[in-house]
Formats: sequence, structure tokens, C-alpha cells
Amino acid sequence: MKKPVGAAVLSAIMFGFGQLSNRQWIKGFVFAAFGTVGLYALIFELFEYLRGLVTLGTQPSGFVKVGKLTKMVEGDHSIFMMIKGLASLAASLLICFFYVLNIRDAYLVAKARKAGHPVNNFRQSLASLGQKHFAYLVLLPPFITIAFLTVLPLVFSILIAFTNYADPVLPPARLVDWVGFDNFSQMLSLKQWSHTFGGVLLWTLIWAVIATATTYVGGVLVAVLIHQPRVRFKKFWRTALIIPFAIPNMISLLVMRNMFNNQFGPINDYLRRIGLQGLPWLTDPFWAKVTVILVNMWMGIPITMILAFGVLTTIPKDLYEAADADGAGSFQRLRYITMPMVLFSTAPILIMQFAGNINNFNVIYLLTNGEPVNIRYQFAGHTDLLVTWLYKLALNQSQFSFASVIGIFIFLIVGSFSIWSYTRTRSYREEDMIH
Amino acid sequence: MTYVILGVLTFLSLFPALWIVLSSLKEGNSLYSDTLIPREMTFVHYKDLFEKTMYPRWFLNTLKVAVFSTIIGTFLLLLTSYAISRFRFAGRKTTLKTFLVLQMFPGFMAMIAIFVMLNAIGLLDSHWALILVYSSGSIITNVFVAKGFFDTIPRSLEDAARIDGASPMKVFFSVIVPLSTPMLTYASLMIFNGAFVDFIFADLILRTEEQRTLAVGLYKMVSQRNSTEFTLFAAGAVLVAVPVTLLFLFLQRYLVDGLTAGASKG
Repeated sequence: MKKPVGAAVLSAIMFGFGQLSNRQWIKGFVFAAFGTVGLYALIFELFEYLRGLVTLGTQPSGFVKVGKLTKMVEGDHSIFMMIKGLASLAASLLICFFYVLNIRDAYLVAKARKAGHPVNNFRQSLASLGQKHFAYLVLLPPFITIAFLTVLPLVFSILIAFTNYADPVLPPARLVDWVGFDNFSQMLSLKQWSHTFGGVLLWTLIWAVIATATTYVGGVLVAVLIHQPRVRFKKFWRTALIIPFAIPNMISLLVMRNMFNNQFGPINDYLRRIGLQGLPWLTDPFWAKVTVILVNMWMGIPITMILAFGVLTTIPKDLYEAADADGAGSFQRLRYITMPMVLFSTAPILIMQFAGNINNFNVIYLLTNGEPVNIRYQFAGHTDLLVTWLYKLALNQSQFSFASVIGIFIFLIVGSFSIWSYTRTRSYREEDMIH
Repeated sequence: MTYVILGVLTFLSLFPALWIVLSSLKEGNSLYSDTLIPREMTFVHYKDLFEKTMYPRWFLNTLKVAVFSTIIGTFLLLLTSYAISRFRFAGRKTTLKTFLVLQMFPGFMAMIAIFVMLNAIGLLDSHWALILVYSSGSIITNVFVAKGFFDTIPRSLEDAARIDGASPMKVFFSVIVPLSTPMLTYASLMIFNGAFVDFIFADLILRTEEQRTLAVGLYKMVSQRNSTEFTLFAAGAVLVAVPVTLLFLFLQRYLVDGLTAGASKG
């Protein structure tokens, strides 16, 4: 058939038929084979799983009388059903996508035929995959891995927020149900939850601001300090001060945890030797927050220091010379030349660090474990961030639904902020200008 | 004056490291010590590490996971960012935005799901599951920096190769890969480090003591047997920190290049 629309219609009726009508025999057969398998899977297996996704199980576990004995019979496992349902959804979407592609291909090839172009045989089709469609071929493995290991779990977690999957509603003993936005409204209206949520959120934001600001300013100052012309052994200072960054942060955090120990740690020990009292670094709500910020500075300043260095070396010296000629003091040089230039080049990093600090799990969890415990909070401590609270809720309390709700909130906060800032950076806007 | 400040800063930077090394060498098990430099130095804790705990096993596990994750992750990362940087394919801007969005979700949201999924397939407690998770995660985290890097390589080189008749695959392997050594090093370092020290996913996925990685093993040592076997932990910490620290210091230059490449491109 020479009419393009006709070929498209044929492919719509069955995978591969349009290709056959275009005289691409092998390709048509291959498409038809895939299509048959896909349809079979869809009708006989995937449909059941998709239904499971909607109902999340109808048969609870329970005791059933079998003959003279009562046996424990396992019912539907809601969560496994959800996962299978999601995977089936993904597979179904893939099949539909393939279906659309197959129609499009039939249409385009028929059009080319009509215009008089020769039609590719199978070997030529395969070859063109490697040439024209190189990008698609190359992106396929990463995309599949990401789809299954990142996207699918994320969708699953988001969906959990809309169920009641939390202790004591845990499969396989109980069935999980969809509850819509109930969890969200509970989080915001039930006093225990909303109080905790508000408090933790506030501290998370305060922490992110202070942590980012201190490490940034600290790093820049140190870099400026070392960069001064009259300082010698620049490389030595740089290497020595980069050590906190080189040590895996997990190790340094656990070490710090011991160093700041109230009774036995060296820090309080030395303080006591010079006559001062030891401070309750990790056990007092206020001091715990101070400790966390201090330790974060220790770990983060080397990074900003390096970045600032990179920028400092690019600032033209004549700017400074002109400033000297005008009689500027070192503070003014810092304020009017150095800081603006550094800020300009590293602003994107600053934003990334802020977003990162909101989710800075390691520093909080490893150093204080979110403690000291706040009894007025629902399962959270004084230094808990939203992320660490989420982790504890999920792993220790099995409150998966609430953990997911928090996760979504985190995403909304960090997400909107990051998207806003990224779309304003040069790299995104100037992208097409580079090529 | 400047030197005084720098001196103090250096002392502050190095003190924790110094302290933990000296602690690992001192006698006894307790956290407290009355002198900084131990009166009697001993290597018994290091010996205990190798004999009483599964430390060597953990080390090998971690090495295996880290090495494979680095190889697979770097390869996938380079391919992906190269394709995104060079080819204008349908859905490109959407893909970029999707990656950006994916990056912003806290890692744990995926955690529960991955746990359940792996449990259903039966891949729990397997190193390969960990390797896959790390590789996939590393693509998303590093794709923007890598892409920025590729954006700076002039197209003329590839165009010349194409005119000479090379296929895109050949262009990739013979032209791009040699040129991307700085990015390769940066990415490998980041992925290796990430796999080496991660303990959240490792704790979740690996269920038996034999399969554990160093990060999990050390953490359990500290959280479960805190002040009672502190020196053992100290020895373990030193042994873990030393290779990574040396690696970082040695490859400092690439780290800086990688960080600053991200900075100037935004």
C-alpha cells in the first residue's frame, strides 16, 4: 500500500502490519512478534497486577478452617502487590510507547516510499540505529537502570504517602489501603505531628542557613588569608587545611562524636585542665546545635576554601593595584573587589550547598543522632533535620506513610528552590549559545 | 599575625586526626586518656581488628563494591553526559529537568521501595544490588558536572573524525575518552569515595555480617560498643581513613578541577 495513512492504520491494528505493507518483511515480523508477546503479557498478566495496584489486596491473612485444623493462611501482601502493580504499569506504558512508535515508523517509511526513496532492509535499519540514532542506543542502558532503581522506587515512595502503611497496619498481617490526603492533613492538624513538623522544619531551615553561611564565609576568609602575597608556603597551608575534607566524613563524624563526649572526651578534658568547666556539647539542646554547626564548619570550610582559591587566582592584579593607588585599606579591598568577584563565580555552588545542607543527613545522624531527645516531639530530637526524622520514622518506628509525607515535603521545598535557582544560572540560559 | 591564625587553623584541622591515631595506639579500651601521647604505645588494637572482628572481610567487600561501582558508574556516566551534551534528541530538555528533579529527592525515599523490591526478587544481601544502586545514583548526581565538562570540548575534533568516516561509537572511544581524563578522574574519585563510605544503603541492603562493608561495620562498632571498645574503633577508623585520605591528597588537582568546572559553568 502506498498511502502513508493506510500504513499507519495497519500498524494501529496490529504491530508490524504497516511495516509489512511497506515491504519491510523482517522488520515487520520482528515488530509483530514483540507486539504479540506484549499484548499477551498485557491481557493475561499485567492486567491482574494493575488491578492489584488499585485494590491493594482484598484477601487479608487469617485463620481458615481446613478440615479439623485451623491454619494460618496468608492473604494478599499489599505492598508486594503495589510493587508488582507499579512495575506492570511501567511495562504497560513501555508497550504503549512501542505501539505509538510502530505506527509512526510505518507512516514515515510509507511517506518516504511515496516520495520515491528506497526502503531500508533489515540490516540497513540496524546500521542506522548505530549512526543516526546513536544517542538513543547509548542512553538506553543508563535510562533503564535509572528507571528501575531510581524512578520506580521514588514513585512507590510517593504513593506510600497516600496509604496507611504504618505500624500497626503492616503486611502481611494487615491489608494496606489508600487513604488519599489523610496523612497530609493529619501531619498538619494533629497537634503532636504538626508541632513536631513545624519545629523540625524550623530548625532544618535555620541550620541550612547558618551552616551554609559559616562554611562559605569561613572558606573565603581562609582562602583570602592564604592568598595574600606576603604569605609563604602557600601550598603547605592549603594541603594541611584540606585534610578535613580528605578524611571520609563518616569517620571524622564518629571521631568527633567521641571527642566531644561529656565525661571522657579530650575537649572537655582540656577545658577542665585549664580550669574551665566542661560543656555539655552533645547532651544539651542548645550546645548540641552549636556543636553540630562547629563540626560542619570544620568539614565544610576546606571545600569552599578551594573554590574560593580558584576564583582568587583569576582576579586581575591591576584591580588591586588601582585600589592601592586610591588609598584603599585591606578591608575595603576585600569588600569591594574580592567578595563581589568570589560571590559572582561561586553563587551557584552556594545555592547547591544550601539545598544540600537541608538534607545533610550524615552530620546530624552520626554526630548526635538527632538527640538530645525532645519529649514533646513525635519521635524526634532537638537536632533532628527533616531527613533524619524521616529516617527514624521509617526504620525505627515503621511509620512509612508519614515518612513518605515528610519526604514529599522536603522535595517540594528543596525542589522549588533548586529549580528556581538553576533556571536562572548562566549555564542553563546560555546553553544553546555555546554550540 | 597571619601566620598565627594559619597555625591555629592548621592545628584545629589536624587535631582530630592526630588524636584518633594516637588513641588507636594507646593501651586499654577506654575513651579517656590522661596524656595526649600514650605512655605506652601498642599495636594490639590493630591486631585485634584483624583477628577478632571481620574487618579484613569487610575491607575486601567494600573494595569490591567500590571498584565495580566506579567502573560501571563512570562508564554509564560518561556515555550519558556525552550523549546529552552533544546530541539534540527529542526529549532532551525534559531529560535534563527530570534529572534535576530526581536529584532533589532525599535518598531515603527510594530506600524503602528498593528494599521491598530487592526482597521480592531475592537480591537482598547481595553486593551486586549495592553496586547497581550506587552506579545508577552516581549518574544522576554527576551528570550535570560531566555534561558541563563536555560542553567545553570543541566540536571541531569530533567533526574532523566524523569527516574521516568514523562512527559515533568510534568517535567516542578514540577522541572523547582520552580528552576526558580530568573528568574521568573526578567522577571515579567521587563514585569510589561514595561507595566506600556510604552506610545508609549498605546497612539496609546487606543483612549478614559477612557481607557488610566497612562503613556499616565501623558504625555498628561505635554505636553498639561505645566507650567500652573505643580503641578498637579508633584502629578501624584509622585504617579506613588512611587509604581514602591519601587518595584524595594524591589526586587533589583533579578534585579541584572538577569542583571548579562545576562552579564556573553554574
